[in-house]
Amino acid sequence: MQYDHILIRYGEMALKGKNIKKFILQLQQNIQQKLKEFTNVKVKRTQGRMFVILNGHDPDPIIEKCRHIFGIQSLSLAIKVENDAEKIKEAALYALKESSHVRKFKVTVKRINKDFPVRSQEMNQVLGRHLLINTDDFTVDVHQPDMEIKVEIRQEATYITSAVIPGFGGLPVGTSGKSLLLLSGGIDSPVAGFLAMKRGVQLEAIHFHSPPFTSERAKQKVLDLSKQLTAFGGSIKVHIVPFTKLQQEIFREIPDGYAMTVMRRMMLRISEILCEKEGILSMTTGENLGQVASQTMESMNVINAVTNYPILRPLIAMDKSEIIDISKQIGTYETSILPYEDCCTIFVPKSPKTKPKRDKAAYFESKKDFSGLINEAVDGIETIKVSPVKKYDEAFDDLL
Amino acid sequence: MIYLDNSATTKTDPDVLRSFQQVSTTFFANPSSIHSLGGQVEKLYTKARQQAAELLGVNQNEIIFTAGGTEGNNMAIKGAALEHQNRGRHIITTEIEHPSVYEACKGLEKLGFDITYLPVNEQGKISVDELKSAIGKDTILISVIHVNNEMGAIQPIKEIGDIAAKHPKLLFHVDDVQGLGKVPLDLRRNGVDLCTYSGHKIHGLKGTGILYVNKRTKIFPLFHGGNQERALRSGTENVAGAVAMVKALRLVKEKEKAEIDRLYSNRNYLQKALKNMDGVIVNTPEDAAPHIINFSVPGTKPEVIIHMLGEKDIFISTKSACSSKEKDESRILTACGFNKDIAISALRVSLSYETTKEEINEFLQALQNAIIQFKQVME
Repeated sequence: MQYDHILIRYGEMALKGKNIKKFILQLQQNIQQKLKEFTNVKVKRTQGRMFVILNGHDPDPIIEKCRHIFGIQSLSLAIKVENDAEKIKEAALYALKESSHVRKFKVTVKRINKDFPVRSQEMNQVLGRHLLINTDDFTVDVHQPDMEIKVEIRQEATYITSAVIPGFGGLPVGTSGKSLLLLSGGIDSPVAGFLAMKRGVQLEAIHFHSPPFTSERAKQKVLDLSKQLTAFGGSIKVHIVPFTKLQQEIFREIPDGYAMTVMRRMMLRISEILCEKEGILSMTTGENLGQVASQTMESMNVINAVTNYPILRPLIAMDKSEIIDISKQIGTYETSILPYEDCCTIFVPKSPKTKPKRDKAAYFESKKDFSGLINEAVDGIETIKVSPVKKYDEAFDDLL
Repeated sequence: MIYLDNSATTKTDPDVLRSFQQVSTTFFANPSSIHSLGGQVEKLYTKARQQAAELLGVNQNEIIFTAGGTEGNNMAIKGAALEHQNRGRHIITTEIEHPSVYEACKGLEKLGFDITYLPVNEQGKISVDELKSAIGKDTILISVIHVNNEMGAIQPIKEIGDIAAKHPKLLFHVDDVQGLGKVPLDLRRNGVDLCTYSGHKIHGLKGTGILYVNKRTKIFPLFHGGNQERALRSGTENVAGAVAMVKALRLVKEKEKAEIDRLYSNRNYLQKALKNMDGVIVNTPEDAAPHIINFSVPGTKPEVIIHMLGEKDIFISTKSACSSKEKDESRILTACGFNKDIAISALRVSLSYETTKEEINEFLQALQNAIIQFKQVME
């Protein structure tokens, strides 16, 4: 006997009306994509849920992969048996014995197939008794069990599931269009990307690279962060913008207090051009109200003035500690805190304006024509496709 | 040469050695240096850590590269004891641990810790019930050897892990130096918090190893310094060593997958032949690890047998190499309840995936001749 299915419960998308089919198909496709490497694993839709059929694969790595897919509320390992009391008993006992960290359990039987001769209540007791007789160490607690063993007797078969493993919820990536994530390499932007993906957004990323002020390692860090984000969606295109010349020009020409504001405006201008080229409908940033000078209400007003694309700011109302918690949870924190200079830290003015004005910013910009440098930066964009497939650098392959 | 002392150490795999050499000459920079060569090396080091984590089924930040089994065991035991001494000062281990666990515990006793050494039965196994009743309010750590190095006995790790899991403050350390690549151990499913591995027992290099430290587990570092390895083991990263360790790990896991049945069948063949040999008593239980067989030839001196076999270019050992300088009977066999005759005349054969049936036959023939010769001289 062994677990042969994973039961997948939908999140919020279960509430959708007529277009629910679109969400379900996208989720199925995302799961299939994610489990590509496991041959013979099948993803099947049934009434209101999905099953992954393991066909002999070890469930652990598959659960670990599925856990990261948005649109999944929770997962459980399941055993499928015939509608036969003895088989059901055996499977329930297996589920209990395989559990860890469990002392108190509860059995809940749902008899959807009314042809099954034993009624739900009675079956509860039959199974509870069977489990207690055949194990030591376990007790029944119907109010606060450590684990609930659910038995669903359906028409075609009976499914026995145990521990409920929470998923991330949200909507399947790909159901909400594309957004361009401004990825600096800090703690916030990957979290913002994660939260956008959680609402079904498919990401591309843009990074401003200023060699030699910022190093190859800073760029690698951004690629690493992107790779970590691919765990939650599919591949991510990362656009690396050569920003050195433009950035130097800004800091030479624009008064110190406004340099940072103008730099941000330039970044948005470049991002907008890229969005247009790539057919992307919005931008996503890790901005967080009041965190630093560029993120005051006044700064956002002035920076945002250069584009009328929607800017998603999933972190806008969060505390730093909440953001850090999420970044630890999704595994980007350790990479984010690596101490490499990025374009935002290298030229920090002594006292950036926290209350810049739109007209002043526009006035300073008008004194110098930046359009050539902007176009040059856009033309020099290097696009790297970061895919979730674990591929070691070939140079290291034969070493390891 | 017929080398049957693989539990003492193994022959280094040439591929592992090549990796070590290449990394030492090409990627020699300090991974913490910020220049681009340092960046390359850091990337390689991260890949090595990722690969180790994948092979062991854990997260990459749970892999701590060490300089081997003794270091890993000391780090885990003393580290857990120092970190959590305010919770309690009681540690449970067994009577058949490797010296690096056993002596670390003896050392802690001198600092005022209270250690319970669980006895084992003739199969070399502890009783789970005894373990259960040994746990008290101030127990902070259980440390158990997965596969015993002299006997090959396998401990019930899953059952112990389940018990440990019921005490949220109790850490569970496993010494898996002998089991790695031979007896599967799923760290996650068995509730293991700390686990020691060594490179040179799996055809890697001496001075390399891994300590698995669960991400929730806190231990006090033995080495303070530049905060490398999650600040649990400071010291410039031994990148070449880590790469060599991970390569050896990958190779042994592949071997395990493909050839474990052959290893078992070789062991069973050898065990059966030894049982049928005059004057030989097999000490290793039936359900032991697939690479260690301990047996005694009562009335002979094991050292003499070793030397007689050595003349034929066949290498086996008495008790574990780590304690073979101590005279007298084996501590492990005595703990298993064997009488003195058996405990002082014990020999150990340990196989590798490379060992062939022809080699086993040749060894058996040589052993039989040696026993006959010995008895003739003594009579």
